[in-house]
Amino acid sequence: MSVALNLANLVAVALFIYGLHQLNSPPTARAGNRLAMVGMAIALVSTLLQTQGIGWWAILVGVILGGAIGIVAALRVKMTAMPQMVALYNGAGGGAAALISTLEFFVLASGNGENAVVSVSLVLSAIIGCLSFAGSIIAFLKLQELMTGRPITYPGQQVVNAVILLAILGLAGWFIATLGTMPILAFLGLLLCSLLLGILFVLPIGGADMPVVISLLNSFTGLAVAVTGFEINSPLLIICGALVGASGTLLTVMMGKAMNRPLTNVLFGAFGSGGGSEPAAGSGGPQQIRSASADDVAIMLAYAAKVIFVPGYGMAVAQAQHSVKALGDQLEKRGVKVLYAIHPVAGRMPGHMNVLLAESNVPYEQLLDMEDANPEFPTTDVALVIGANDVTNPAARNVKSSPIYGMPILDVDKAANVIVLKRSMRSGFAGIDNPLYEMPNTSMLFGDAKASVDALTAAVKAL
Amino acid sequence: MNDITHLIQLLTVLLLAVFVGFEVISKVPTTLHTPLMSATNAIHGIVFIGAILVVGTLFVGPTSPLLAIISVAALTLGAINVFGGFAVTERMLQMFKKKEGPRS
Repeated sequence: MSVALNLANLVAVALFIYGLHQLNSPPTARAGNRLAMVGMAIALVSTLLQTQGIGWWAILVGVILGGAIGIVAALRVKMTAMPQMVALYNGAGGGAAALISTLEFFVLASGNGENAVVSVSLVLSAIIGCLSFAGSIIAFLKLQELMTGRPITYPGQQVVNAVILLAILGLAGWFIATLGTMPILAFLGLLLCSLLLGILFVLPIGGADMPVVISLLNSFTGLAVAVTGFEINSPLLIICGALVGASGTLLTVMMGKAMNRPLTNVLFGAFGSGGGSEPAAGSGGPQQIRSASADDVAIMLAYAAKVIFVPGYGMAVAQAQHSVKALGDQLEKRGVKVLYAIHPVAGRMPGHMNVLLAESNVPYEQLLDMEDANPEFPTTDVALVIGANDVTNPAARNVKSSPIYGMPILDVDKAANVIVLKRSMRSGFAGIDNPLYEMPNTSMLFGDAKASVDALTAAVKAL
Repeated sequence: MNDITHLIQLLTVLLLAVFVGFEVISKVPTTLHTPLMSATNAIHGIVFIGAILVVGTLFVGPTSPLLAIISVAALTLGAINVFGGFAVTERMLQMFKKKEGPRS
């Protein structure tokens, strides 16, 4: 290792840390990401110079292929599909870590073995990398709705997982005991078992918990990268991996707290599997439910003093954020105070709603966190729930048997009037009924979120 | 070379990085959680550099087609992670541009 390379890596690490620090506040966030990019470029160029052109063609193919796929997909994806994109890129990172270990294994297997540190870190990086890769793919498939978002459970699930885990531990022990000179087939078995565990680990987790899972998988990949750093003796990888591992874990814990569910509960609880009844819209749902027309709602909104918008995944699906902003502008013109209440886990990623609303130029000051929003509801005339469900469910407060009992929610039911924009009476992502819809101060406005909001804007304008 | 001393040095680096990770992240507001997750995701794209380093040592001697294929796969996945990760983060953060924010 040359002095120049080490110095370049030092600069890169400093830029990563300072960049992350700048991501602390919206005005400097972009600069922060740019700094991290510069850091990555410095590390990349200095590493490439160090290789002296060895294996250049493989590196070139990798850069062109991977770079093209990554950048084109990133530029094309809709803002609503960002969460699954992050899951996919995260999986790619995990896969890369596992493949690096596989390469190192072939080197070890053809020699006399290596020292214990390399063996231990190699096997750990292979296992965690495979877990993260397979888990991220499943998370992607679930969020992209290429497979059901509901928890997939079967009898004896925990036993099967335990058996696979034991197999992994056994093979890992064998690997370490032989200092990485075990038969190739056994190593492939280890990789396959790890992939399988990754799949089985995410399958039983419902879509409502997906943000937590993506965050956890992100920290897994960080961990795999840090361990890879030990394997190939690179402090740069250790530092970056540890940074991400620590931040991902913290973010995961913060989300768990927001849902008031211990992490073990999220991962092994498989909630929502009970499944609610799903009466279709307008076809004889429970009688207490009242539906309103866009004109009624428009009048209510236009003559209100304070309105709080409560966006959820429905807004993201319908791409309604620009329409919502237009409605907000229209109401503000009439002197209505407009606020947005953002639940920490609304949408499918923390901050999902903030990103969408920022896209449509809603000022930050109008976006309220749950803690700031809840005291506002009792003095609010209309709470307009736009495609949010579970995060507004009062059952979380008072129905002990509810699977989401104890999760902090937005107290929309405390507002004088609640209007719920919803496509149908289907239950939310967690698959549980929402008593909010049967409350006397609640009216439903059925339809696609974007169409409904546009209709409201037109009706308010016409008043 | 003393292996144990070297290992302890690396573990020290790991521990310090973990603490820095916790400190740097714990101040991020909810608004920036998604971009933050995306940015950290891009930073663990550093695994791409790990792949380059390994391939660099691997290709010194004669190589088999199998190793070449695995190398290219590792490099491609690493590149997807790093380039895609930064591009997605950049796109998310563009949403925060030219805003009449409190401090800009």
